[in-house]
Amino acid sequence: MKQLIYLDNAATTKTRPEVVQAMLPYFTEYYGNPSSVYDFSAPCKKAIADARETIAKSIGAKTNEIYFTVGGTESDNWAIKATADAYKDKGKHIITSKIEHHAVLHTCEYLEKQGYEVTYLDVDEFGVVKLDELKKAIRPDTILISIMFANNEIGTIEPIREIGEIAKEHGILFHTDAVQAYAHVPINVDELHIDMLSASGHKLNGPKGVGFLYIRSGVKIRSFMHGGAQERKRRGGTENVPGIVGLGKAVELAMADMDERAAKETELRDYLIGRVLAEVPYARLNGHPANRLSNNANFAFQFIEGESMLIMLDSDGICGSSGSACTSGSLDPSHVLLAIGLPHEIAHGSLRLTLSEENTKEQIDFVVERIKAIVQRLRNMSPLYEDFMRKSGKR
Amino acid sequence: MYTEKVMDHFEHPRNVGEIENPSGMGTVGNAKCGDIMRIYLDIDENQIIRDVKFKTFGCGAAVATSSMATTMVKGKSVQEAMEVTNKAVMEALDGLPPVKVHCSLLAEEAIHAALWDYAQKNGIEIKGLQKPKTDISEGEEEEEY
Repeated sequence: MKQLIYLDNAATTKTRPEVVQAMLPYFTEYYGNPSSVYDFSAPCKKAIADARETIAKSIGAKTNEIYFTVGGTESDNWAIKATADAYKDKGKHIITSKIEHHAVLHTCEYLEKQGYEVTYLDVDEFGVVKLDELKKAIRPDTILISIMFANNEIGTIEPIREIGEIAKEHGILFHTDAVQAYAHVPINVDELHIDMLSASGHKLNGPKGVGFLYIRSGVKIRSFMHGGAQERKRRGGTENVPGIVGLGKAVELAMADMDERAAKETELRDYLIGRVLAEVPYARLNGHPANRLSNNANFAFQFIEGESMLIMLDSDGICGSSGSACTSGSLDPSHVLLAIGLPHEIAHGSLRLTLSEENTKEQIDFVVERIKAIVQRLRNMSPLYEDFMRKSGKR
Repeated sequence: MYTEKVMDHFEHPRNVGEIENPSGMGTVGNAKCGDIMRIYLDIDENQIIRDVKFKTFGCGAAVATSSMATTMVKGKSVQEAMEVTNKAVMEALDGLPPVKVHCSLLAEEAIHAALWDYAQKNGIEIKGLQKPKTDISEGEEEEEY
């Protein structure tokens, strides 16, 4: 196998071996249905209760406020659609931002077709939601504010506490998509006035296919999956016991070494950013320079296109991602990069590298050298670069 | 995601570069969509394409189709070059993913734009050639950041 330098931890992470070990008995030994009455199922019930407790504690919530789902997308859909339904007598106006994940944006667009009104807040050049715009957008019929905790592309951490305070002041529910932030930055739902929070297991070295939605007690919310009595009748379907156990274990481990991990990632991230900006001309950093996720670096390289860069990095075993149209599956580049004000052709040249604690300085050095060579190679075949050099009299 | 031929032409693109004082040059595409192709042609007095070079800003498929298209017109007459269609370029690459088919259209347009430029300069008519709609060689404003 060729070497692998995995720098796409915002896409998904490696499941920790301890997590896999914790899950295994729940496939072949404790495979009972947690809803069954016999003793054989008791360990399954207990395992779910334990995971729920670990997760509740991690965000300062109560156990009966944690609902297991299949992941971030389901949690976002549930939070937004069910709130919209439950509070439609109060109003049909929702506030979100232009840089949300598609799980939120497309859900809001769906609701617009159902007669709801949605305000999509602008962000500043660093991707920070504008609080004065939020205040202005609030109306008597606003029922929900949904703003992500940290952006998945550019890593910018949003002013969640301030947004929570504004929501509380106006008696509006506040949901946050914390898929990228949970177990990476400290979160306390009471201190931050969060009413609902979405999270996903595979972004924190847990398994894929499991996540949760935190719903504050007292929030009126409809069932999303109608079925059995699981999850206090709010989310039917036999529990994914191994997945939930794995999620619990991953959270336990991630919470235990969060500070240490963040410090290590930050150091490596800043080294990567520093070298790229110093050594690659016509490059910029996207997202907030300081207030960003500890593992996120997002660059834009002028005159070249992202997918080409990714394919060339891949041939060196380097995994990254881009917000170019070719990688987004449409003709437009990433909505996040456009929202922070990048012109289209620069947004097409974006490269997102998201680190983990397993990455080393040697890997980063190799990656920087490859980026330098690849960017130069693609520029040499770029008509945009040719024109730029000609106009600036450099040839 | 790409065929071996596409990867080969992406990793080892043929005819990348520029031609000084070309007989014809055409640039097509749109930076907004993330694809721009420029073709340079060197055409001799017998209307044979002596040399061809390209520059492309775009994805893997855009680079590969540019490269393949240049190999298919090199040494051909301008009339033969007219008959190199996007379909032929795509077939020569053993196919493209459906979302990338527009890249092959761009290669055909870029060659037509360069041929048009040549025809205009020399006051000749090439059968079947029309003024390219997407030629952006002139008047393109640059966005700064």
